[in-house]
Amino acid sequence: MRKKGGDLGFRVATGLFGLVLIAIVGAIAFELSRQSLPTIEKFGFSFWRTQTWDPIAGEFGALPFIWGTLYSSILALLIATPIALGIAIFIVELAPDRLQRPLVFLTELLAAIPSIVYGLWGVFVLVPAVRWLEMSMPDTLRQLPFFSGPRPGVGMLAAALILAIMVIPFTSSVAREVLKSVPPAQREGAYALGATRLEAIRAALFYARTGILGAVMLGFGRALGETMAVTMVIGNDPKVTWSLFAPQYTMASVLANEFSEAADPLHVSALVEIGLVLFTITLVVNLLSRLLIWSMARSARGPAAGAADPEVAAA
Amino acid sequence: MSRTSRRKALSAAFVGFCALSVLLALIPLALVLFYVVSQGIQAINVDFFTQMPKPVGEPGGGMANAIFGTLILAGLGSLLAVPIGVLSGIYMSEYAGTRIASIVRFAADTLNGVPSIVIGVFVYGIAVLPFKRYSATAGGIALGVMMIPIIARTTEELLLLVPGTMREGALALGATRARAVFSVVVPAALPGIITGIVLALARIAGETAPLLFTALNNQFFSTSLRQPISSLTVQVYSYAQSPYADWHRQAWAGALVLVTIVLLCSILARVATRRLESMHAR
Repeated sequence: MRKKGGDLGFRVATGLFGLVLIAIVGAIAFELSRQSLPTIEKFGFSFWRTQTWDPIAGEFGALPFIWGTLYSSILALLIATPIALGIAIFIVELAPDRLQRPLVFLTELLAAIPSIVYGLWGVFVLVPAVRWLEMSMPDTLRQLPFFSGPRPGVGMLAAALILAIMVIPFTSSVAREVLKSVPPAQREGAYALGATRLEAIRAALFYARTGILGAVMLGFGRALGETMAVTMVIGNDPKVTWSLFAPQYTMASVLANEFSEAADPLHVSALVEIGLVLFTITLVVNLLSRLLIWSMARSARGPAAGAADPEVAAA
Repeated sequence: MSRTSRRKALSAAFVGFCALSVLLALIPLALVLFYVVSQGIQAINVDFFTQMPKPVGEPGGGMANAIFGTLILAGLGSLLAVPIGVLSGIYMSEYAGTRIASIVRFAADTLNGVPSIVIGVFVYGIAVLPFKRYSATAGGIALGVMMIPIIARTTEELLLLVPGTMREGALALGATRARAVFSVVVPAALPGIITGIVLALARIAGETAPLLFTALNNQFFSTSLRQPISSLTVQVYSYAQSPYADWHRQAWAGALVLVTIVLLCSILARVATRRLESMHAR
């Protein structure tokens, strides 16, 4: 009897600590919702449709921030996805065994470097390089809306580039695990039919397509919430424009810049609502990503889902 | 060109693209490390670790208060996160099949994906607003919240590496579940659990966003948990935003210290995990 009681006590005691994790997630959702009530009541949906952000006049339109966050993250994905998949394919399918571990280590070092260090490097190295690129852009191309306007160096292009660098290790780490979980018979079958390397890898990629999509989504989730490096290079100007050269603003950046200085309660509430929406978007994206990786792992019987964190996977 | 040679050429081009991608990722890595080391080395000296920041215009000075602050914040974070993380990790691995365990695992992964700036907003609401002051305690809570899921998930994964026969042996000798876990399973996985803690420390030592409006910053050497406190990351941020060349140099020195800490922690964690794996691989 005594023993049974001891087992139950152990289970309840450790379980309570597990419940703390669930409580924290619930508390984040509750606290953010509670504090954003004033702006939700006052502006409703127009908060996300209007473009004027003027804390002094009490006008709060968050469209430029959600635009900047989505635009920079999608651009970063466009740059990072092919490179990240290329790395994953190279490490799993092409590289000699001796090279695999060091390459994994090096690519995942990219994930270990703190955001603030990327930001510092961005300000003093990347932004001047981007400005040089912008200045040397021929005038005929400058007619396009993507390259119009002044060319300060800080802006969307610099932000997208630095985000891409930071997202690559996350996408490639999951894509690598997903590719590893593809049964070798898939490739061997293709080779046996006389396929070239590309064709065999294409067969493996097709087999792994859900998991690969999950890897891309995971990178997207990381890009959406990235704060410091982006804040330091994007120029922080709330504008809705296609121009890659123009300074813009993201949801995370406006929080970083204005939150500690916001005195007016409505301003604080507006910022918290931006945080709430950022929380919700990343939650949905991460959820989708995990579902995709999980369903892939189940169909391939490979434990790919455990590798969602490159730093954990690297160790 | 025949069909076969076209297919071969396409394949070769693809292999080339994959190799190029690796290069494209390693170039920024090399550039970042090169600048951090070359700029940081020039600015770093003993003063950096022992002196306080100097006012604008006076050259020299250091970040003693920020280094101390980072240690305090990381310590506070660990105090909060190690018990919760380790014990919930034990729960997830011991009762792996249960519904509650999978909900806890889900919560941990969700928490891990929450942007760090949002954690900052949350902790501002629960630990700054009610007391009407920024404080080291609030900063420690923010970092702790970020550490919990990392520690919980690594503890879980590394406990699962411990062979089931060890646990069964203990249970067969008449040990209770708690006895078996704390006397046999946890000691066997201890290097792994420490690895998880070190990894979590590596991650949060470089965090800036959750500290911006919890711990804030402090020009002075503060030891009070109820006052704002400086940290390496926030200090690097404010120096990088400043227009002064001397502060820029200090920022690079701070970045070098940060990267060194993070790399040392990562390598330490790697060695420990490798050892654990080879121990149980037999």
